[in-house]
Amino acid sequence: MILLPGMAQTLKACFRRELLIGFRNRGDIANPLIFFLCMLVFIPLGISPDSQVLAPLAPGMIWVIALLATLLSLDRLFMTDYEDGSLEQMLLSGQPLYLTTLAKIWVHWMMTGLPLTLLSPLLARLMFLPSEAFAALVLSLLLGTAVLSFIGAIGAALTVALKRGGLLLSLIVMPLYVPALILGSGIVQNAVEGFDNQAYVALLAAYLLLCTMLAPLAAAAALRVSLDT
Amino acid sequence: MQLALNKLHFEREDRALFTDLCANFSAGDIVQITGENGAGKTSLLRVIAGLCTQYQGEVLWHAGPDQAPVDHQHYDFRAALLYLGHAPGVNVSLSARENLRWFFSLCGYQKEQAGDTSLVSVVSDQAIVEALAQTGMRGYEDVACRYLSAGQQRRVALAKLFCSAAPLWILDEPFTAIDKAGVAALEARFQAQREAGGIILLTSHQNLQIEGLRTIDLSEYQGRERT
Amino acid sequence: MAWQWFHRMGSPRWFYEKFAPWEKGLAIIAVILLVVGAIWGLGFSPAERLQGNSARILYIHVPAAIVAMAGYYVMAISGAVGLIWRMKMAFISLKCAAHIGAVLTFLALFTGALWGKPTWGTYWEWDARMTSTLVLLLLYLGIIALQSAYSNQEAADKTSAILALVGSINIPIIYLSVKFWNTLHQGATIKITGESSIDASMAYPLITMILAYYLAFAWLMIAHMRAEILQRERKTVWVQDLVKESE
Repeated sequence: MILLPGMAQTLKACFRRELLIGFRNRGDIANPLIFFLCMLVFIPLGISPDSQVLAPLAPGMIWVIALLATLLSLDRLFMTDYEDGSLEQMLLSGQPLYLTTLAKIWVHWMMTGLPLTLLSPLLARLMFLPSEAFAALVLSLLLGTAVLSFIGAIGAALTVALKRGGLLLSLIVMPLYVPALILGSGIVQNAVEGFDNQAYVALLAAYLLLCTMLAPLAAAAALRVSLDT
Repeated sequence: MQLALNKLHFEREDRALFTDLCANFSAGDIVQITGENGAGKTSLLRVIAGLCTQYQGEVLWHAGPDQAPVDHQHYDFRAALLYLGHAPGVNVSLSARENLRWFFSLCGYQKEQAGDTSLVSVVSDQAIVEALAQTGMRGYEDVACRYLSAGQQRRVALAKLFCSAAPLWILDEPFTAIDKAGVAALEARFQAQREAGGIILLTSHQNLQIEGLRTIDLSEYQGRERT
Repeated sequence: MAWQWFHRMGSPRWFYEKFAPWEKGLAIIAVILLVVGAIWGLGFSPAERLQGNSARILYIHVPAAIVAMAGYYVMAISGAVGLIWRMKMAFISLKCAAHIGAVLTFLALFTGALWGKPTWGTYWEWDARMTSTLVLLLLYLGIIALQSAYSNQEAADKTSAILALVGSINIPIIYLSVKFWNTLHQGATIKITGESSIDASMAYPLITMILAYYLAFAWLMIAHMRAEILQRERKTVWVQDLVKESE
């Protein structure tokens, strides 16, 4: 009987590895942020610089852009590990693929969703979002971008074996993003209009929990299929 | 300890690569899978390792006389397996040491001894450094792998062989991009593993200087009628 | 007994041969019901009190929307069966349900738009039901796109099955959130008449049409699946024998 290291140790090692890789490639963290900023510059240029026009658009616009920024960062999620053979090693290690996938998704969020969330008040200022909605914006993005990473990971795992899966990935993931977008921008909208937010926040948090449990399972199953060629 | 292949049949794009492949490997076997390009050597190794599930037949792992044979998707098989594929499984952002440390915190273990189930220890840092030295990577332990050549990256992967306790090795072209001295060191390591009672399955285009080498020629299993 | 039947279902050849009469029978019944329901609904049932004759499109529209939704669940259940029991037929059923479901969803959207013009004065309105039907269409299209992206049949089948399952868990959440969103933005949308009770004179033709749509769905599924079987099993002896016979 041969015993492998326990789950806690495995999870810790996977986190450590992903964080190290993220830290070594820290230049990549800036890319979604720059994209976010570029898009925010385009909106006044394309629509109107008038604060009366921009302010009502702000909650939805910021959310749509955050969604697009996450989407663009997704295709790299499993690509490197798929190409260099690390994914095979994870699968054959005898450890649950769920754990390695979970670690990868959380770190992905820490590298894309979290910086975006932290930067969002600054960008909301450019869109003339009323300042009383800033806290709601940060909270909604904090929960919501994690949901985006989790669901997006399923799409990334389903398309990792396709060499040019980028557009297809967006195509299959975007309809699944509908609830996150509605709840997330709804939280901000509610805060702008001065309504109570508890129900929306609770729903989004529940959705995040559901995704945390199920999305790594689906992504792990998809990775197995992707390696099975 | 035994690995049994039972009537394996594998097709790709409606073409049968091998049919009715039966074989038994037991402790101390070193087996070279031969066949021309495209004969299905890599596919066979991936089927046995459990990466590829689109086959018919059985792969059974029999860990010991007092244990029942298990399928190769089973934990016991995975725990006993060390697989090296075409891609080295080395992340280029990490150093050799970090890559191996991660790998062994997933798969490093010791065998359970006399009822003491707590004895699960990860391969030590020192063992990793020594293993790297044995593949000629001394002094490169902390260099990010992106600055290493393809051959050196493979050596990082091969260093796993020098500190792993896994009894079953499945190695796809382990000698690719390895120089003469490296090949000799590997062959010596294979002998040692053989004497320790391991099983090694490998593919290679080289003529290996290993005593007692068994070969399986895949061309024998092509174009057969299925029974 | 039930298990034996289940195992037989897994054999493409058995399905192909067994369901040949079903295909014909269902086709006949479905077409008859469609014609009867359409004439009944369009010609003989009373005009709607507020909307007049334009409301008669509901006999085409409502069944399409119902069956489009059911099609997604047929697809997701097929995917689950395929992944769990590794059954070839389940993956074939998944693929066919995706195609037919997408067409029905499109039909529901299209007839909904036609209905919207005389009723709301606009072809498109971001109302909760139309929006979630549009999202349903996007989900279908995603699955079809994923299927056609893989050249390896097995990978195409399994990935689309996983996506269908993920989608089926998400659909209730999507519907709920779209409803939420609709109430949040109520000011912008036009009030639609609520769930009013429907008179028997209109309910019977509607039920006939719904039944007809379900039967037509089953018929199209079987026809599509039998065609797909021939395509996938083209290298086997029994399909080649069939081809020789027909020549």
